[in-house]
Amino acid sequence: MIDVLIIGSGGAGLTAALSAKNAGASVTVAGKAYPTNSQTSMAQGGMNAALGNVGEDHIRSHIADTIKSAKGLCDEAMVKQMCEEAPGTIAWLERLGVPFSRLDNGETGTQTIAQRQMGGASAKRACYAQDYTGLKILHTLYDTCLKEEINFLDEHYLLNLITEEGRVKGATFLEIRTGEVKQINAKSIVIATGGYGALYHGFTTNAYGSTGDGIAAVLRAGGAVSDMEFIQFHPTALKHSSILVSESARGEGGYLVNEKGERFVDELKPRDEVARAIFSQIQEGQRVFLDVRHLGEEKLMELLPQEVELCKLHEHVDPAKALIPIKPVAHYTMGGIEVDSMLEVNGIKGCFAVGECSNAKVHGANRLGGNSLLEITALGKLAGTNACKYTLDVSDTPADDTQRQKDAQEIETLLSQAEAVNFYPYRERLGNLFYHKVGIVRDNDHLHEAFAEVTAMQESQKEMGIADKSPANNQNLIEFLEFKNALLLAPAIITSAIERDESRGAHFKIGFESENEALKKHSIYHLGKEETCK
Amino acid sequence: MQIKIFRSETGTHKSYTLPEGEIPLLNALSYIKETQDASLTFSAGCRASVCGTCAVRVNGREVLACAYKVKPEDIIEPLQYHPVLRDLKVDKHKAKETLQKSTAWMHSAQEASLTHSDEKLSERQTDCILCDSCYSACPVYAVNPDFLGPFALTRAYRYSTDKRESKAKSIIDNIQSNGVWDCTLCGECTAVCPKGIDPKMDITMLRGLSVQEGYQDPSFATQSFGTPDFGGGGFGFDPNAGF
Ligand SMILES: Cc1cc2nc3c(=O)[nH]c(=O)nc-3n(C[C@H](O)[C@H](O)[C@H](O)COP(=O)(O)OP(=O)(O)OC[C@H]3O[C@@H](n4cnc5c(N)ncnc54)[C@H](O)[C@@H]3O)c2cc1C
Ligand code: SF4
Ligand code: SF4
Ligand code: FES
Repeated sequence: MIDVLIIGSGGAGLTAALSAKNAGASVTVAGKAYPTNSQTSMAQGGMNAALGNVGEDHIRSHIADTIKSAKGLCDEAMVKQMCEEAPGTIAWLERLGVPFSRLDNGETGTQTIAQRQMGGASAKRACYAQDYTGLKILHTLYDTCLKEEINFLDEHYLLNLITEEGRVKGATFLEIRTGEVKQINAKSIVIATGGYGALYHGFTTNAYGSTGDGIAAVLRAGGAVSDMEFIQFHPTALKHSSILVSESARGEGGYLVNEKGERFVDELKPRDEVARAIFSQIQEGQRVFLDVRHLGEEKLMELLPQEVELCKLHEHVDPAKALIPIKPVAHYTMGGIEVDSMLEVNGIKGCFAVGECSNAKVHGANRLGGNSLLEITALGKLAGTNACKYTLDVSDTPADDTQRQKDAQEIETLLSQAEAVNFYPYRERLGNLFYHKVGIVRDNDHLHEAFAEVTAMQESQKEMGIADKSPANNQNLIEFLEFKNALLLAPAIITSAIERDESRGAHFKIGFESENEALKKHSIYHLGKEETCK
Repeated sequence: MQIKIFRSETGTHKSYTLPEGEIPLLNALSYIKETQDASLTFSAGCRASVCGTCAVRVNGREVLACAYKVKPEDIIEPLQYHPVLRDLKVDKHKAKETLQKSTAWMHSAQEASLTHSDEKLSERQTDCILCDSCYSACPVYAVNPDFLGPFALTRAYRYSTDKRESKAKSIIDNIQSNGVWDCTLCGECTAVCPKGIDPKMDITMLRGLSVQEGYQDPSFATQSFGTPDFGGGGFGFDPNAGF
């Protein structure tokens, strides 16, 4: 039996794997794609650490900025721990060979790392590698995993966790290549499956696979999720494709303008405020643009080469010469698996969760740009070490295969059942529904409508199925399972949003435009008993 | 508009009809899967040219499906030299093996004083998204499946030039067999890379570093020195090399 099973091979999973291995555990990483395909590759802007390389900065300022942005909903000790770990984590990444952008300051080591300012930060604090920060961190972590001979099981889709008496014993997977349902026994598990932004299908910067699978699995296993209503909308995604234009475009001096050419908001305000300002312009019938022309072609190619290419490709716009049409879309999910300060899932012993799938309460009601790459690496290490520690006094009698049989049966049913209703249009509808009724600006009427529609959709889900009946390499099946997970999370988001009759951070509700002290608490959600047994 | 897509079940190309208008190939594939044929299988992730998942061949050329705009009569096929798992989806596990054999990672880190121009030394190389396009385009794989290949060597180059690496020689040692000397310097990899990386140049540079470490072109040893050879093939000279 392996000691630590890591589920998800993005930045959080790879970091956890490296630290668990380093702590002496036998480690396997299972992911539904290949590690370097993970959404972490998409992070552009940077990773926060108060190095003070460009101007004065202090860890206490990093802590203060993070707490301020969290709007009363973070665990201050956790924030403190993460921010204090930041310089050390950068030093660790530096030793692994992450090619950070540099300054010409004659210093050595991490003191030569360039830093830029992101929204809500009181200093130039984000370390970056041009606009490929996530890509370069992810690939360097992967290279290091190969060096450390970490065992990878690629194309393994997590179905369910296996628990016994409140302890995790392993998990079941669909091996996508063969269609086989497998059980992997492990003494402890780290879930690192990423966020649920892809629920906003068509209206998100996220990768297709960010469907909250790990969060759904925890719910089904009887664990809790929290703060699911807090979804961050990124102010600047390309209008037609929802592809992100990094915040660093504004950090470097880009302006937001409406059709009339007027600026209407301070671009360096936190994301929620900027997103709402843009949204209200759009509601007034204005088109909104990002203007970076004044930065000049050379600087753009130096700082934002990726965005320049994406603008040309998807919007037929050369940012050096023309305005970039933008809209705000779902970007980051603050809520997730309810964990304690050891990152252990509340209610499931030996099961840890880290990264965007987890709610370690470092972002509260609104995440600061650059704090997520920090979270996945700094806390990824913590999760790996804690999972390893946990294995020390755990028996290695494996669980029986009840769960596996149940899951195999369910997959078989899906493969043999006739497809009465095509689910793809529903995936589209869910995305639309969420953007328009559980979006940037919310109100209870629309939230209730959304809830009713989701319930109806869950009802029609019974009719839905898959047309592709081949067991092996069945992407149609995977997408259906992902959609089912999204539908399981949808009510969690909506009910938490309904219950929060206030506006706080990324959650803004008409009729309740200010913070309500009585609601300065986390919203917790779990499934009813009947549902848990499914 | 009509396009043709390779279907592994029948081993033939099947025609599909798309609405007129300019769309990325990835959107076209999704459109077909969602509305016409759910069994059409392909891989995708970020749709923003950065996760490396969606590389395929269009009319015999490697492209990222999310960055290529479909044209009428396009023929879409899976990458070459990768086992086809289904339709456009291929097995990319060989990538991991070649990376592992090239030991393309930091062997022993030391603190260095890096500058902006040091960053530039390997900036392009670190843009690699492991999409496998170059691997699919490399003719060496047709004859030598054990070749380490373009991206693994590009990555080896990236680490071996890093000032923070104090044991660059270990990397050089590991890319000698089925490595730098087996490349024909044909430049196909460079031509198809969606990130503008030039693996051919990196391999040329690695040859230089190898020579500095005392290695030589193994074909040099087997050359006949008896007859003058000005054709460019002898003495280990390659007419394409060294620029
Ligand atoms: C466009 C974009 C730009 C961003 N820019 C920044 C930035 O500049 N700075 C910053 O700090 N943050 C940024 N973020 C946020 C940040 O990138 C993410 O929050 C972070 O990378 C999440 O990492 P993760 O490891 O938790 O999850 P991911 O990278 O999403 O990895 C999840 C992993 O889990 C696997 N997985 C999922 N479901 C299953 C399943 N059912 N079975 C098995 N495996 C599964 C996936 O295959 C993947 O390997 C950005 C995000 C986006 C989308
Ligand atoms: S230049 Fe070398 S690595 Fe590149 S395609 Fe040609 S033979 Fe392959
Ligand atoms: S070098 Fe270019 S073509 Fe080759 S894997 Fe990397 S990004 Fe793809
Ligand atoms: S989908 Fe990520 S590179 Fe095309």
